[in-house]
Amino acid sequence: MGSLAGSGLPPDDVVVSALRAGDEEMFATLLDTWARGMLRVARSYVSTDDSAEEVVQDTWLAVIGAIDGFEGRSSVKTWVYRILVNTAKKRSVRESRTLPWSAFERDAGPAVDPARFDGIDAALPASWKEAPAAWPTPEGQALAAEVRGLIGEALATLPPRQRIVITLRDVEGCTSEEVCEILEISAVNQRVLLHRARAAVRDLLESYFESVKQPE
Amino acid sequence: MKRFTCGELVESITAYLDDALDPPDRAGFETHAACCDDCRRYVHQFRVTIRAVGDQPPEKLTDRTRERLMSAFKQRRQS
Ligand SMILES: [Zn+2]
Repeated sequence: MGSLAGSGLPPDDVVVSALRAGDEEMFATLLDTWARGMLRVARSYVSTDDSAEEVVQDTWLAVIGAIDGFEGRSSVKTWVYRILVNTAKKRSVRESRTLPWSAFERDAGPAVDPARFDGIDAALPASWKEAPAAWPTPEGQALAAEVRGLIGEALATLPPRQRIVITLRDVEGCTSEEVCEILEISAVNQRVLLHRARAAVRDLLESYFESVKQPE
Repeated sequence: MKRFTCGELVESITAYLDDALDPPDRAGFETHAACCDDCRRYVHQFRVTIRAVGDQPPEKLTDRTRERLMSAFKQRRQS
């Protein structure tokens, strides 16, 4: 298990000594392995792809300058992503595009529309009014590719904090501990954001499957 | 053990999957899911969604950025 095993990187102590020794192959592997996650997180803070790429570049330049002083109090991945988030935040302030990072109001309330459930007066309170419709199994390359594209768009429209959390957890395979540390949020807050994001993407898939359903 | 309604169960799936429910809640979640087809289907779709989100295409830095970073890394040793 664990995200590191999934990404095929060696343990942190090996990574750090390789970087300190100037191992270019190791540096290139990190650049490539984390490129998607870092670009996507950066894009949640800044307005263009170009400035997201610059944020990632500035992050790595900072990492290169600081690797000798890395104390291993967090994992290398968490450390790099924290530098990324700080770099991206500074950039977004410059672009006057500050995230509603402390605003909780968009995250309040249930993730699933309460209208889908019976009221408290029903025989079985808060039960499904109507069963969620069954989904087709996305077999076949074409459908799978379409779903992939749809999810990419769905992620891009999520509120920034939800988007960053679901990207780190479900796209990049970070643990909840890693995400809390990277974003400096509580475990409960992390879970709420992740749950809302997942529920929103599920709703989007539901609408999509509904729209492509063969007429009966 | 806590008794879950459908509305409560769907809000607890991420906590359940992260193993963040305490034992009575976890038991209540599983008991409800065991006998509620609708919630079981929703949980299944939730898992399908999570898997699908994990299937995003890879992305790369542009060649220009990558080359600039590689050369910055090489120069670091000489300084
Ligand atoms: Zn139910």
